[in-house]
Amino acid sequence: METRIGEPNAVAMGFFFAFIAITLGITYWAARRTKTTEQFYVAGRSVSAGQNGFALAGDYMSAASFLGIAGLVSTSGFDGLIYSTGWLVGWPIVLFLIAEPLRNLGRYTFADVLALRFRQTPIRIGAAIGTLSTVVFYLIAQMVGAGSLIRLLFGISYETAVILVGVAMLAYVLFGGMIATTWVQIVKAVLLLLGASLLAVLVLARFQMNPLALFAAAAERYGEAVLAPGKLVSNPWDAISLGMALMFGTAGLPHILMRFYTVPDARAARTSVFYATGLIGFFYLMTFVLGFGAMVLVGPDAIRAVDAGGNMAAPLLAELLGGTPFLGFISAVAFATILAVVAGLTLSGAAALSHDLWVSVVRAGHADSREQLFVARVSTILLGLLAIALGITFKGQNVAFMVSLAFAIAASANFPALLLSIFWGGLSTAGAVSSMVVGALSTALLIWLSPTVQVDILHAESAWFPLKNPALVTIPLSFLTAIAVSLLGARESETAARFAEVERRTHLGPVGE
Amino acid sequence: MSQGDEAAAGAARKLRDLSALRLRIALWLTAAVMVAYFGFILLVAFDKPRLAGLVAPGLSLGILLGALVIVLSWLSTWLYVRWMNRNYDGALSRLRG
Repeated sequence: METRIGEPNAVAMGFFFAFIAITLGITYWAARRTKTTEQFYVAGRSVSAGQNGFALAGDYMSAASFLGIAGLVSTSGFDGLIYSTGWLVGWPIVLFLIAEPLRNLGRYTFADVLALRFRQTPIRIGAAIGTLSTVVFYLIAQMVGAGSLIRLLFGISYETAVILVGVAMLAYVLFGGMIATTWVQIVKAVLLLLGASLLAVLVLARFQMNPLALFAAAAERYGEAVLAPGKLVSNPWDAISLGMALMFGTAGLPHILMRFYTVPDARAARTSVFYATGLIGFFYLMTFVLGFGAMVLVGPDAIRAVDAGGNMAAPLLAELLGGTPFLGFISAVAFATILAVVAGLTLSGAAALSHDLWVSVVRAGHADSREQLFVARVSTILLGLLAIALGITFKGQNVAFMVSLAFAIAASANFPALLLSIFWGGLSTAGAVSSMVVGALSTALLIWLSPTVQVDILHAESAWFPLKNPALVTIPLSFLTAIAVSLLGARESETAARFAEVERRTHLGPVGE
Repeated sequence: MSQGDEAAAGAARKLRDLSALRLRIALWLTAAVMVAYFGFILLVAFDKPRLAGLVAPGLSLGILLGALVIVLSWLSTWLYVRWMNRNYDGALSRLRG
């Protein structure tokens, strides 16, 4: 089909500038309400459960899930749906095990939960390693994705696109803090859900509003095999390992965990996960329709001709069904999607740098609120510049694996220590810190030795480590390290005593709040 | 032991019981979601022909189970939130007094 993707598109530009104008307006409004550290980091804990549900969905649904899954389904059928399910099942885990204790035990970062029981300096440094490595790898993937997508969608250069994303995101976070970030995520979630729903309805209208008729048409044209598992999962252990990273990684993502501090209490935190799971689940169910819709109506060859990775399936489908204006709208939505995710990541990274490292370690808790806010803003600028620099450095590199690396580190470095610190009285400072360090290092090392880096990127004959994703090894390793070091090391009497307080606060929350 | 101490000990015991009950429910639901999801993944990995089978015209067992994993995950969060809002919150506020 004839496509205008990659040409400057007046409608796309119009929607894009409207989005920037609205979100900067929100930022201006939010900036006047961002005077304290509590407002900067967690929006003064005044976000409602419904708002946080949308914001969590906006923080989580990345361009990878919208454009990537639709593309994967449109070119290889059923296999793409394995990601749709995997990216959702982490949410019940977050709800059952983490969300409410986290809200009741901490203030700004998940390290607060650990710091309640353990010695400040080592635990804050350990948690900052886990947080920053997750954030940086996630940021690289988002920035490189942003550069190439926006170049394709709007026809501007890669570098311009990366700088544009970095600067807009910096404006939101720097001036509007968590209040602006939350609203950017809410606006993005609404736009993305509206755009995807409209696209799905337009697809289904061609198939008597019946998804099964669409799937049958796909099977008729491209063979029954498109409805069945194919080549993506060749090694069963790979599938299980990836599944573990997705399932437990969500419960260790710093930018997701931070959102639970923005609501007034544990009940709101719990309810917000229920809303978020519904919204995200609905969205992933729609990827079934969008992916097969693009396969039948646009065709896999036409999709690959525009972008070998298949990422343009959803925009092409929009152009086919709604013409250039709808393509423009969907392009602007994809851009908004990246901006919202990057803003959330930067804010949580800045909190780790300023709250965990500067205020708690360097200044040992003795920093007034002016200094805290100043350091938080400086950290934001540093991370924003780092994101732009990394985005440009990794231009043209295959960085898709960095998202699964970020999930694997979150699942192996952050999740085990956080879970055990809430539920296991026997955990010691050394156990928690060694679990976080071993989790982060072993994940990075095994990814380096895996076929993803050795074969796909460095073009070696084979890889020393057989799995593409190391979570199957690194999650148990991290738990075992925490337990073994705690049991074998010296007993910390004060830590054990503080666990009683942790147990009480897990349910009752902090006194006087 | 004074009466105040006894009342405090009783409240602490009730909180421990409530805590244990919440953890048990959370763990059972976690296990249910894990069984559903990893069951699906294991079928994808080890029994592709079964998932290729058609349940209805256009609907393979694989697509049906994939969609069911998503719907069941969401239902599990609904069950949990309902129990917490109805039972746990009430019990907790009685403990607070």
